[in-house]
Amino acid sequence: MLDSRAPSLPLKPGVGYKAAHFAALRDDPGTVAWLEIHAENYMGAGGRPLAQMRALSEQFAISVHGVGLSIGGEAPLDGDHIDRLKHLCDWLEPASFSEHLAWSTHDGAFFNDLLPLPYTNATLERVARHIDQLQDRLGRQMLLENPSSYLAFDESTWSETDFMGELARRTGCGLLLDVNNVFVSATNLGYDPRGYIDAFPLQAVAEIHLGGHDTDSDERGAPLLIDSHGCAVADPVWALLAHTLKQGGPKPVLIEWDTDVPEWAVLRAECARAAAALTDCAATV
Amino acid sequence: MSTNAKTFAIAGAVAAALGGFAAPQAEAQAKEKCYGISLAGQNDCAAGPGTTCAGTSTVDYQGNAWTLVDVGTCLEVDVPDMADGSERGGSLEPLERDLPA
Amino acid sequence: MTAPDQGEFIAALLNPGAPVPSGLTDGARNPAARRFDVYRNNVAVSLTEAMHTAFPVVTRLLGATNMDGLAGIYLRAHPPRTPLMMHYGADFPAFLAALPQLAHLKYLPDVARLELAMRRSYHAADAKGLNPAALAAVTPERLGDALLGLAPATEVIISGWPLFDIWAFNAADGPKPRAEAQDVIVTRPEFDPMPHLLPSGGAAFVQALAGGETLGAAMDRAGTGFDLPATLTLLLSQGAITSLTMKDP
Repeated sequence: MLDSRAPSLPLKPGVGYKAAHFAALRDDPGTVAWLEIHAENYMGAGGRPLAQMRALSEQFAISVHGVGLSIGGEAPLDGDHIDRLKHLCDWLEPASFSEHLAWSTHDGAFFNDLLPLPYTNATLERVARHIDQLQDRLGRQMLLENPSSYLAFDESTWSETDFMGELARRTGCGLLLDVNNVFVSATNLGYDPRGYIDAFPLQAVAEIHLGGHDTDSDERGAPLLIDSHGCAVADPVWALLAHTLKQGGPKPVLIEWDTDVPEWAVLRAECARAAAALTDCAATV
Repeated sequence: MSTNAKTFAIAGAVAAALGGFAAPQAEAQAKEKCYGISLAGQNDCAAGPGTTCAGTSTVDYQGNAWTLVDVGTCLEVDVPDMADGSERGGSLEPLERDLPA
Repeated sequence: MTAPDQGEFIAALLNPGAPVPSGLTDGARNPAARRFDVYRNNVAVSLTEAMHTAFPVVTRLLGATNMDGLAGIYLRAHPPRTPLMMHYGADFPAFLAALPQLAHLKYLPDVARLELAMRRSYHAADAKGLNPAALAAVTPERLGDALLGLAPATEVIISGWPLFDIWAFNAADGPKPRAEAQDVIVTRPEFDPMPHLLPSGGAAFVQALAGGETLGAAMDRAGTGFDLPATLTLLLSQGAITSLTMKDP
């Protein structure tokens, strides 16, 4: 049974938490009202990571974002890992828990990347079963995030937007819409990112992600964007955010910056830009 | 060592240890020191460097094809054999302890 | 066209010489080629970087390019067995020891063991160091029956090589290593693990305490010439001793 009184994230900017920012973030959070952590980095028995989280959770709402469960895996979910997620969520009581529409474990080995899925009925059944299992065990709703795509499966019979909408309908999970991922996937696979947003079940979206991407190209010279999280959010992605907020209303917006992490002031400024986008959205609604 | 001698040795060692002991540390500071970050070990959801890097190099990933190509500090370390010519065969022996229930 | 199953996807992912599985496209019916390489890179690069991060001293000793090559072999033979990247590399010491190309660097596996121990210590459960006044309160005749509990973040590495010196030379601007065998203890007074050189007999002493033996019995394990005052001072000042109980007489 899912708890309908579960807390939710504030309709304000959040930031992907980096340990190097601990002191600066506490002293000068700017517009940041919540933090997102990668669940797997807080699964040790003790030490500084947990001590930091004890301190930060008194000042900020926390979103726990799993990056290792392999919800799309062909094998059964790792029960030990679900138990670790439950332990972390029971301890932190986060305002949100999310995972990815992807897989990363095969035959007991974890490959530390979010690998792609064909959108078929078989995949739908399997992912829905895994989401049900996870939500039952955690005793809470989860959010499912759309992936960055670099290739497509011939075998797919569903659009990604319909596929995620159907998963939300069947399992009662919420959705995490990564607007940068939409821009990356749309560019890489040659579709219109605004059309994707317009087709997305925005009423189920409880969180938005923004991050930076790199630019590469494939062997035919077609652009190939890489979801690197190593630079500022690109201008067309900010424009796509504005479109998304106009269509779906204000949502909690997260800035992710995971590689070549800059000084706190740079991230704080990115978050201020997200705050401005939320203000603009409120003014037009 | 006789029981008396051992008692004396232990009591003396405890006294010496306490004599040189500073006050317990202040409340722990949670702020990260720079080398602590590398000790954390990180999971994240960022993608790597695109299409041209380690994952696409077609070297043979069998161990016997690997050769030392550059030099680190191991040449400077230059550890000679043990004085007695023997090797103790270093190993990590995990501490056995009774874990609290 | 049938898509590859996840086993076929991984097999091609880990072997850059293998053809890209069929059924994968650029979204416009052109077969995916370099697009598949993005995933090949994500996996190989992220695990290679994890190895550099986990083993900075081994990396310094061997050089970054050598470490890249070793990581490429290692990540294919020993991919992570759990999603917790904080503990990746547990098989690396044995892997290093088995490589004939590194047979002349026999101390490398011990350095890798120390680096793994540092990381375990970093993530170990918190424990408050014993107030030394508790030891002072025990009558001298009964000190030998004291049972001293150790902090979970305490790690001992026994080495036939100058392990502490090799660590200090590479990680802390220490002098060149001496030609002697050195056992190392890792302690974590607050949140930052630090290795320390153990005196002769110190490893046996600490392991005896960890195994639940009394202070007196642990001293016997340490053998003659053992510097008990120095070892006890080290353990107490580093917060490595966390409890004191008395064995029933």
